[in-house]
Amino acid sequence: MTYPENFRYTKEHEWVRVEGDLGVIGITNHAQQELGDIVYVDLPKPGTLVEQGKSLGSVESVKAVSDIYSPVSGEVVEVNESLGQSPEKLNQDPHGTAWLVKIRLSVPDQLKSLLSAADYQAYVGAES
Amino acid sequence: MIGKVRSHITQNELLLFEQSSPGKKGYQLPELDVPPVDAATVLGATNVRSEIAGFPEVSEVEIIRHFTRLSTWNYAIDLGLYPLGSCTMKYNPRVNELVARLDGLAWAHPYQPEALAQGALEVMARLEAALAEITGMDAVTLQPAAGAHGELTGILLVRALLEKRGNPRKKVLIPDSAHGTNPATAAIAGYAIENIRSNERGTVDLAQLERIVDNDVAALMVTNPNTLGVFEENIKSIAEILHKKGALLYMDGANMNALVGIAKPGDFGVDVMHLNLHKTFSTPHGGGGPGSGPVAVKKILEPFLPLPRLKHVRNKWTFDYKRPRSIGRVRAFYGNFGVMVRALAYILAHGGNGLRNATVDAVLNANYLRKKLEPHFDLPYTAPNMHEVVFSDDRQAKLGVRTGDIAKRLIDYGFHPYTVSFPLIVHGALMIEPTETESKRELDLFVDAMISIAREAETDPEIVRTAPHGTRTSRVDEVTAARRPVLRWKPDEAK
Amino acid sequence: MLASCGLESADGLFAHLPEDVRLKEPLALAPGISEYEIVDYFCSRASENANGYASFLGAGVYAHYRPVMVDTVISRGEFLTSYTPYQAEISQGTLTTIFEFQTMICQLTAMDVANASMYDGSTSVPEAALMASRITGRNRVLAARTVHPEYREVLRTYARHGRLSIEEFEYAPDSGTLNLEDLEAKMDDQTAAVIIQSPNFFGIVEDAKAAAAIAHKHGALLVVVFSEAVSLGILQPPADADIVAGELQSFAIAPSYGGPYAGIIATKERFIRQMPGRLVGETLDSRGARAFCLTLATREQHIRREKATSNICTNQALIALMATVFMSVYGKQGLRELAEQNLAKTHYLANKLKRRFAGPFFNEFVASADGISPDEINRSLLKKKIIGGLALARWYPELKECVLLCATEMAKREQMDEVANAFLPAQQTT
Repeated sequence: MTYPENFRYTKEHEWVRVEGDLGVIGITNHAQQELGDIVYVDLPKPGTLVEQGKSLGSVESVKAVSDIYSPVSGEVVEVNESLGQSPEKLNQDPHGTAWLVKIRLSVPDQLKSLLSAADYQAYVGAES
Repeated sequence: MIGKVRSHITQNELLLFEQSSPGKKGYQLPELDVPPVDAATVLGATNVRSEIAGFPEVSEVEIIRHFTRLSTWNYAIDLGLYPLGSCTMKYNPRVNELVARLDGLAWAHPYQPEALAQGALEVMARLEAALAEITGMDAVTLQPAAGAHGELTGILLVRALLEKRGNPRKKVLIPDSAHGTNPATAAIAGYAIENIRSNERGTVDLAQLERIVDNDVAALMVTNPNTLGVFEENIKSIAEILHKKGALLYMDGANMNALVGIAKPGDFGVDVMHLNLHKTFSTPHGGGGPGSGPVAVKKILEPFLPLPRLKHVRNKWTFDYKRPRSIGRVRAFYGNFGVMVRALAYILAHGGNGLRNATVDAVLNANYLRKKLEPHFDLPYTAPNMHEVVFSDDRQAKLGVRTGDIAKRLIDYGFHPYTVSFPLIVHGALMIEPTETESKRELDLFVDAMISIAREAETDPEIVRTAPHGTRTSRVDEVTAARRPVLRWKPDEAK
Repeated sequence: MLASCGLESADGLFAHLPEDVRLKEPLALAPGISEYEIVDYFCSRASENANGYASFLGAGVYAHYRPVMVDTVISRGEFLTSYTPYQAEISQGTLTTIFEFQTMICQLTAMDVANASMYDGSTSVPEAALMASRITGRNRVLAARTVHPEYREVLRTYARHGRLSIEEFEYAPDSGTLNLEDLEAKMDDQTAAVIIQSPNFFGIVEDAKAAAAIAHKHGALLVVVFSEAVSLGILQPPADADIVAGELQSFAIAPSYGGPYAGIIATKERFIRQMPGRLVGETLDSRGARAFCLTLATREQHIRREKATSNICTNQALIALMATVFMSVYGKQGLRELAEQNLAKTHYLANKLKRRFAGPFFNEFVASADGISPDEINRSLLKKKIIGGLALARWYPELKECVLLCATEMAKREQMDEVANAFLPAQQTT
């Protein structure tokens, strides 16, 4: 799986893409591979304020829990409810239908400080 | 080649609800010697339930067969070695079961008059004294229900003392090798947790400790020997560093099976510790409990112990509730008395020398296993180990076989797996504790099995990765169990 | 074996310990004794306790007959000496019985899910309160004064150093039930939970529905506690509760001077992930056969560590198994009949005495002593080898002339007549 060019990435393996004034957030393919079979995702409610670098929820496999760190600051406006019934989507389509939340960006400039697809690819390439 | 195991028939068995039939009974109550009352009249019709829908209705013989068949699907100490690290799966003496069931002890109500409970109080007092002697501490409470409960009690005691001194402080230090109950406990007691890294020996790094102990640190929670089975050789210095800054040393006593009769925590600077009666003191694990987690303290913490405390007044035992500094109760009544009886029976059976001999055997057995398995499995920490030893799956992982797989393949050889993937400081850990119960013969069978599996990892890794093969149940789908939890039986129409 | 380790003597095993830490003296404990002497020691201790006494004590620990089958089953080595079922392939016996246990608790309490047991009823209460706090994000708890006094003490100990604050609300002096006006007056939008017990400490059945209405109106959860599990054989289950916490000692668990017992937490489906304690779930093995395993472990301490729903590690597996066997032996009809017998025995006794409260009661009630003190009553009963009820002055100074009496299916008519006689003032020996 390649890393979409129009996404931005964090070293904690989250991605964000822009949709108007919203940032759509998810976890990367590398993250889901490391976690193994995902069984549950704990996401914030719409209206919650999140801060760049702070945990907005967590993702669980059978034997581990990982925090999800928000790549950007803003207000949660939409949550991907389908993940409640089918958390396995995160393993199957982490960059597409398994997006986690949509955030109204409060500081759009934050995107500039995140990694590009090439930089992220190099980073995880170096890690493994 | 698999010397210990032969296949045998284990029957299938439905759930109780699936074999129920309306009207079947397993009980008979006596005739009433008083007039019956109409429930709706005395309770009010709205307070009376209709039937307990779906509750089992089976006969006595169906009950005995049900549970007997189910029991044959379990592994148990009575069947063989459990090499689980830090669990101390030693033999559960049967005399303990007999004495715990004596009517005068088993039917004692916690509120019966003290004059009619002197036997129970004497048992508790004797156990408190024995545990104080074994740990080298000044006072013991038997109230906590289990190890984690004892940990919570211990940290609450620390907090109470520090509060009395004017500042409860903010954080508790926990080594990265610690059992998960340690940080969970500290959090409930209102402390933040700071992890302290182990050094290359696997023990607490003195220099790092010196740097991070400040006036915000309430205590260090240490397990000694640690979860690698290694004794903290600098434990006295560790205590000094803490005490100098007004902090306390808490010891998790899960690994006391390495120390009884050899060393006393009270001698090397421990202020407060808990014990696990269901580990070191032979009370049965029973499939997951009950336990008992007594806490032993130095004099400075004694005033804060949970109430009530046992007191000897005019030749009789009594409970003292006048304890103004006590942290309060951590549970109703006095503790898991039935478990205390079993632990005391174990102590009486061994006596001082017997307890020391048990420790020597436990440490010898673990060292024997280390020597025999070292040529085949990677040993990440080479410091001398005591009653347990931790290997890593490094060599086998290169062949695609992980500790979890080796553990499952061990089942085919007739053993329960060792502790997998813990402690966290060892990647792919195999944590092995044989206890003193095991003879050389059983240990050799275990060694043979492990060596055989190491060979299989080279010649036939697939058979290891897909193990176990000989059990009634093969590997279960834990993923679906967590994704779509089904936590109770439902009748078909309701599914 | 020492040779294999390269050692000449056992002392070599400990040579690496600091010299000043190694014990030079043996432990100051009496030498080990034989099995016969051990049995003798404990028989002597047992004889120093009450033996052959009838007892009318309840107050959280109940004298119910223990069917022989219970010890027969739990004494099997495969149940007694097995470990926590982390390795599902060789623990299906334990896992299956826990699944049955969880199911039966749901059936009894009308909740959707129950855990594999807590330490006991008293510690289930703070666990339920913490659970409610996590769910609502609030920190205040209102507990009824008619919840068992020692359960409330434990709640306060747990709360003292966490974020919870505990306040109590009153009971109505005539009925002995909840004072709902007092509850309403004390509620606010910071309350996480209202905690009530039914039957309450006085043995009286509460109106959980009314309490639930008040709690929910303010966005709080209702926790219903029970200490006498047999009551569930006849009483309406606490379906209005959000969380049920309780004690199973009545189900063939010996009183054993206060423990070990087994508590439970049961709740609605939507709160599953906030539950503490072990959970067993149904699944399939790789061959497609039904199997059970521990699940939702990410709530627990060994994974989530400081963020766990609780620090609890043990569940009272063997004790819960006793309860499971008990529930199978009595079954649907038997538990009902057992409860009806308890009801009949207690009401027989209560009708002979002056009751302090007018509310409906199950197998415990509060009797008023008139012209004779509770201590005198109990002293005279002891002479007849009867342990009387609990004098309430200990926890309820306003009830200092009252006694809490419990009559189970094991109480005999003649004994109850003696108890009633003992309440008559200036009694001549009959």
